[in-house]
Parts: sequence; C-alpha cells; structure tokens
Amino acid sequence: MARKTIKVDNLARVEGEGALTVVIRDNRVRSAELRIFEPPRFFEAFLRGRAYSEAPDITARICGICPVAYQMSSVHAMEDAFGITVGGQVRALRRLLYCGEWIESHALHVYMLHAPDFLGYEGALEMAKDHGDVVKRGLALKKAGNDLMGVIGGREIHPINVRVGGFYKAPLKRDLIEVAEALKRARDIAVETAHWVAQFDFPDCTRNYELVSLHHTDEYPFNEGRIVSNRGIDITAHEYDQHFEEQHVPHSTALQSRKRDDGGTYLVGPLARYGLNFERLSPLAKDTAQSAGLGHVCMNPYQSIIVRAVELVYACDEAIRIIDEYERPDQPNVAVVPRAGTGYAATEAPRGLLYHRYHLAHDGTILHAQIVPPTSQNQATIEEDLTTFINAWLDLADTALRHRCEQTVRNYDPCLSCATHFLDLRVDRG
Amino acid sequence: MRALDRGSVSVQPPMHRTVVIGIGNLDRGDDAFGRIVAARLRGRIPEHVSLFEEDGEATALLDRLGDADAAILIDAAISGGEPGQIRRFDAACEPLSAAKFGMSTHGFGLAEAIELARILGKLPGRCIVYAVEARSFELGAPLSPELARAVDEVLAWVIAEANE
Repeated sequence: MARKTIKVDNLARVEGEGALTVVIRDNRVRSAELRIFEPPRFFEAFLRGRAYSEAPDITARICGICPVAYQMSSVHAMEDAFGITVGGQVRALRRLLYCGEWIESHALHVYMLHAPDFLGYEGALEMAKDHGDVVKRGLALKKAGNDLMGVIGGREIHPINVRVGGFYKAPLKRDLIEVAEALKRARDIAVETAHWVAQFDFPDCTRNYELVSLHHTDEYPFNEGRIVSNRGIDITAHEYDQHFEEQHVPHSTALQSRKRDDGGTYLVGPLARYGLNFERLSPLAKDTAQSAGLGHVCMNPYQSIIVRAVELVYACDEAIRIIDEYERPDQPNVAVVPRAGTGYAATEAPRGLLYHRYHLAHDGTILHAQIVPPTSQNQATIEEDLTTFINAWLDLADTALRHRCEQTVRNYDPCLSCATHFLDLRVDRG
Repeated sequence: MRALDRGSVSVQPPMHRTVVIGIGNLDRGDDAFGRIVAARLRGRIPEHVSLFEEDGEATALLDRLGDADAAILIDAAISGGEPGQIRRFDAACEPLSAAKFGMSTHGFGLAEAIELARILGKLPGRCIVYAVEARSFELGAPLSPELARAVDEVLAWVIAEANE
C-alpha cells in the first residue's frame, strides 16, 4: 500500500488556530479533517445574562477582521425580536459601514493572504520584496475601507458607534465626502486588482456546490434579504434552524453546519453571493467581472480571489453611491422598547452568511444566544474540496502538496477564530 | 485678560512624531497586556505623542508606523521565556525574533507589520518594542499574575522613553 505522511505544523494566513489532517491511502485522498481547538461557544455563553444593548459590542470582539458583520447580525436580530424596522438614511449608513468592512477584509485577503499563493511566495513579506508597488496598492485599497469605517464607526479597534436601533451619532456629510474621494481612487484600484488577479494561473477545479446567500429584490446583499440557494431554498432567517443544523464532529471542537433534509454540505461567501446575485451588482462591477473572464456563476473556489476583487469594485461603487445620496438624519436611531421574544437575523459577512438568534427576557436580557459564523458553514465544504481536488496533485513533492492543501483552505479566507481556532496541517500518506 | 487664541499662536512644529501603540486582545488572557498598558498611559505621556490601541492586524499597525519618526510598541509574546519577563529591543536595528506575538489576525501581526514596514521603507528610525513573555492567550482568561506585576514596570519605561 502506498503510504505517505505530510505534516504542516502551522497553516499560515488564516484567521485563528486549528489543524488539518489529510489522509492519503493507495494514491487517493481518503479523508480531510479540519480540527479546531478553541472552545467554540465562549461568546455565546458570555452573552447569557447580558443586556440586549451589549450584544453589538460583545459580538464585535469575536473577530478582529469582521466586527461589523457581528454587530449587524446582532442588531438586526434584536430589532427583529422587538418588532423594530430601521429605514431611510440610517439603513443606508449600515450598508455603508458594511462596505467599509468588505473593502478592508477583501483587500487584506486578496493582497496579503491569497495572492502570494498564486505568485509562488511564502507570504506577503516575500512578495513585497519583489512587488513593493503591488503591496502598496493593496494597502491603499484597504486604507479606504479603514477610513470609511473610522468616519461612521468611530476610530477604535472596532466600531463603537453601532447600537440597536441605529447609531449613536450620524456622520457629517462633509466628512463622508472626503472619504468618497479616497473611495473613487480605491474603486480604480479595485478594477485594476480584478484584472491583475484574473491573470493568475488557476487550477481547473469546479464542483457543483449548493450556493447559499442572502438575496434581496433590488440590491446586492449586505444586511437584508431572504436566504436562498441554487437548489430551491428560499426562506427567512426565522426558518434558518429548520433547514440547517450545526453538528458536532469527532475531530473538531467546532460545530459544522449541514442541511437538515439530506445532510448535505453547502457553500457561503463570495462565490455564493456572486452566483445568486449577479444581476444586483452595479454596472461597473458587472463589467469588471466580464472583463476579468468570469461568467455569471463561478464554481471554481480558486477563482474566489477574482470574485472578491469584483466585490471590492461593488463595495467601493455602492459606498460612493450611498455617500452621494446621503442626507444626515435628524435622528440617528429609532426608539427601542424591549420585549420578551426571539430574534433572528442573517447578514453577509465578508466570508459569508452570519446567522444570529437570541432569546430575550421581557427587559431585553439575553437568555440564550446562537451564533453560526460563515466558516462553520463552509468547514465541511472545505473538507470535501480537499478530498476532491487534492487527488490530482498527489504526485507533487510533499512541500508543494502541502502548499496546495493550504491554498485550498485559504480559498475560503477561513476565519477560524470565528468558527473558533488556527491550523496545524498534516498530510498523512499512510 | 483676553484668552489666547490658540489658532493664531505660532508654534514650532514638533521635532518628530512619536507614536505609542499598545497591542492585543482584551478577551485573550495575557494578550491584553499591551492594551492594559496603553489604557494606563492615557494622560501620562506628552501631548505630542500619539497613543493608540490596536488588535495587532499588520496593515493597521503599518498605517500607524508609516507616519511616525519614532514608535514604541507594547505587546505580549510567547517565546519560551519566563512569564512576565520583559524584553526591550529596537526593531529599527534588528529584525524581530520568531516569538509568537498575540493572537493577531490571520497570523499577520506585529512581526509582519515591522518587517513589511522595513521592506516598504516605512519603518520609523527608532522602533522600540516592549515584549512581555505571556503565559497563555486563553479566551476569557484574566491576565496572569506575573504579567499583572509587569504592568507598572513597562509603564514606567514607556513613560520615560516617551518623554525623551
């Protein structure tokens, strides 16, 4: 029997800590197991007994790179429980804040974490030695997102201006106009980025994924919409638990999500959003996708870097549009009256659908919290990608094979500190 | 007496721009160290010195470093030493060791920020790093006693250096 073991102790360029073991027997990948070390439900336990109003700040601390996503899913879930609807400019400001986070997160992943895989570098540092101007371009793009987040969210580690019902304070139009100038330059960089990454050499790997994302009648989804799939799912966040469940798997302390009806896996994130919402992209983002060689649906996870670049174009475009139409609201929030009940919400974190559910007491005290991050939902799909795609590369030397495994995980920009945490990668050839 | 109109007073531009950055995550045990020191520094360093707290994500740190002539960074690290041990070095003169700094985003943190700044020509001429040896970065844990005891000492060093 052909036997071989490859071990990678540290899988770099993913958020968090965990381990991956790929087992190969008789020249076939027999299994790929993503193990996660962190106690996954710390924050859910931490939220119990806290006031509903604390949820945006507490959940923002779960992830350093997507605090807005956690804030948005939590405030929407609370508002759902209290029967509150936020509209007008306050709703637009939430979309604008989300644009800032997508720009930051996607720019970081495209330039610093994922591009080195395609250009043959160990990481961003090695890449910067040869491609300093490229790295500076990525940093400039990311900074436009930082600046936008700073103006709306307050200049702290995570936005401090978000509350249930809206914001504590609405930004001034003139401050946003200043950021819009930077966003116009960022939009040009984003288009350039899409054309740059489209030239990378992509393995010919596609799978027939069930794509799951929010879908809204007239906008590319950030905060609101129905949860849909390309195989017929079309539900509200209230019905999420009837269709998806988190399961314990023996090899991980994290939970993995699967569909309840057939136990199947599904994919959330840029590929899902793009494939289910192409028509909602701005004209420039659509043109960019087309000129970068993408169809209306992309089922090659290695090309997610192109889709992220297209979403960067969209996020800049949408932010500029919102700022252009912005009129500072007199009231930056709507009144909140707590009541007992259950609130549900899903929003689109940069990495995909982020579901929150809260049971609340009559005074708004949190009795129970459930948080399903995108990486939990993608975890089983990542394992399937490895068992499917890695077979084609088994004749590679161990180092190269290990690199392919890491790249395959990084396609998802996995946020293992959200799902829980960081990677020690082993390839066991027997 | 009329109060001075500060807007019209001619002042000398500061000789140099110094940033002090406390790095870490308040929810991750000893990783909170740099942030705790930074919080205690408020009001205790000269006004022209900018004070920041950061979670350690490299490009955000790079932004802070890029405009500065001098930087003082405080972070927790695990390098195999005694918990609470304080090390000081000038990263402008030597590359950072392979110590594992706090739970940075995507494993892309302080060491990467400094090396990236060096490669891109953005490293301040003086870049002092105070690295305190951590015992644990466990989620939800308090600061270890050894690190709690090190706070005052690092605070004193940083105040002295920020006043130089």
